Amino acid sequence: NSFESVASDTLTLFLFFPLNSFRTYAVRRIRDAFRENKNVKDPVEIQTLVNKAKRDLGIIRRQVHIGQLYSTDKLIIENRDMPRT
Amino acid sequence: MPLRAPVQTVTFGQKGLHLLWLHVPSKRLCPLEPSFLRYHLNINSTPSAGTLSPSPLPPFTACQVSGVVFFPLRFDPSIPYTYLTSSQIFPSALWMPCVHSCLRSYLATPFHFLSVGDHAPQSAVPADTAAAPEAGPVLRPLYMDVQATTPLDPRVLDAMLPYLINYYGNPHSRTHAYGWESEAAMERARQQVASLIGADPREIIFTSGATESNNIAIKGVARFYRLRKKHLITTQTEHKCVLDSCRSLEAEGFQVTYLPVQKSGIIDLKELEAAIQPDTSLVSVMTVNNEIGVKQPIAEIGRICSSRKVYFHTDAAQAVGKIPLDVNDMKIDLMSISGHKIYGPKGVGAIYIRRRPRVRVEALQSGGGQERGMRSGTVPTPLVVGLGAACEVAQQEMEYDHKRISKLSERLIQNIMKSLPDVVMNGDPEHHYPGCINLSFAYVEGESLLMALKDVALSSGSACTSASLEPSYVLRAIGTDEDLAHSSIRFGIGRFTTEEEVDYTVEKCIQHVKRLREMSPLWEMVQDGIDLKSIKWTQH
Repeated sequence: NSFESVASDTLTLFLFFPLNSFRTYAVRRIRDAFRENKNVKDPVEIQTLVNKAKRDLGIIRRQVHIGQLYSTDKLIIENRDMPRT
Repeated sequence: MPLRAPVQTVTFGQKGLHLLWLHVPSKRLCPLEPSFLRYHLNINSTPSAGTLSPSPLPPFTACQVSGVVFFPLRFDPSIPYTYLTSSQIFPSALWMPCVHSCLRSYLATPFHFLSVGDHAPQSAVPADTAAAPEAGPVLRPLYMDVQATTPLDPRVLDAMLPYLINYYGNPHSRTHAYGWESEAAMERARQQVASLIGADPREIIFTSGATESNNIAIKGVARFYRLRKKHLITTQTEHKCVLDSCRSLEAEGFQVTYLPVQKSGIIDLKELEAAIQPDTSLVSVMTVNNEIGVKQPIAEIGRICSSRKVYFHTDAAQAVGKIPLDVNDMKIDLMSISGHKIYGPKGVGAIYIRRRPRVRVEALQSGGGQERGMRSGTVPTPLVVGLGAACEVAQQEMEYDHKRISKLSERLIQNIMKSLPDVVMNGDPEHHYPGCINLSFAYVEGESLLMALKDVALSSGSACTSASLEPSYVLRAIGTDEDLAHSSIRFGIGRFTTEEEVDYTVEKCIQHVKRLREMSPLWEMVQDGIDLKSIKWTQH
């Protein structure tokens, strides 16, 4: 149903956030939000949550594009296989 | 004008073949003749006197599909081309398809001859080619200084962009749709800020930041009531802008009491009550200190001030959106809000000025009477929309963030304290905002530890005072010893801080503190059991 499709869309899109901290935040936040709301039974409330998730999905999509346009160097911890001082 | 092509050398295949490539839009537009390419690649002939003809271009092949031109370089790219011979021409038919598909996947945006240098053109002369694209870039340090500023939350940027691109009207233009839509956005943002702190939207005035809000609050209130009330009270650990405003008011003839703080960083309420005089107009105490993270008892102070009919101002720049604040429950009359501390844009803030009972404020900035006459000047719609979005996001995420930041903060403190002896946490451990941790490492100099921790962006005090060599006045006010005050580092944990970053910071911190302590003669003396306070230092 629409809930699951939004969930899977959101979760696949977050992988493309170039900025590491936003990426890890988005992963964690979206997963926790879906977990928190999985027991909601009221259909009206479910619909509001799904609408909000769809809006957030749009936000993520646009911001991921912008992040890729203006990407910069990676963080220290993203290249842990390199020799460290 | 000569367009310079970028040089990308890609290691491809088993033989470690380097390919220098440039993208040509169409064979018809740019004939692939050597002189043309030589011109565009800035390949010069070797400066030897006897040479009459220009050096031959290395043999190249072009992919018909992508228009990519390949120059196989089987040599050290720093040596200019003069000696490639025809025996090094590769049969293009053999490797073209696989090269094309492999390279497509990891080549960067190709350079187009028709576009001028906005792809950071590097010299085409092989002398300064980069190595394979993945290795070699400067890696950015981890950001652990959220008290100085915070990154823009993507949701905030998303809200701001339409007002930077299309909806650019002045919100004070009353006569057309551009003005109306900007005004609607501004009012919506005002509502968002107000609902975060439990205020009415008419009580929020947008300013250029918490510094301006503090100036308006302190100077505005003091000057309005200057005929009957000439006294103000503040604390010794306030932000520099509050202390400086009070100092300038002293020059105008006001009296200011700077309340001392206890060792924990919290003010003594009895001292506050004793300091309030009949002619006190304002008490200013910050909610969460930006250097040591201490939370002052705002509700109690509000109660005391309202019972004694004194206005209460709080600088809540570090507290808004992080801990629950309600201006009515806490009896706050004026509050300063900063945009860039709550994942909003820099250059915007707000001041809350109570209307019931009305707090009168003399305006600092004269002009067209915008913002109820208290702060004239065009309200920057994109920035205030960003501030409003940041406040809304903060309201939704407050509980989640607080839980996570507390957990990460515990982790950082526990891991450092259990591996290193003689580490002191400055500030009360109980009334403390977990995202701001100030630790003093004994026998280690703070600046040298910061230099050593170059992979992590940290600070040893507030950003405003970090240029001077003196230890922070906040640490001096809480009674820290001089040597411990010099060795303090402030760790900031925010919404986007990950466990990996905290663990890395802890690891590096422990490693460098141990190393610096081993170099320290004071540490040696302490290990030998000498009490440092009993030493009489002589001068030579």
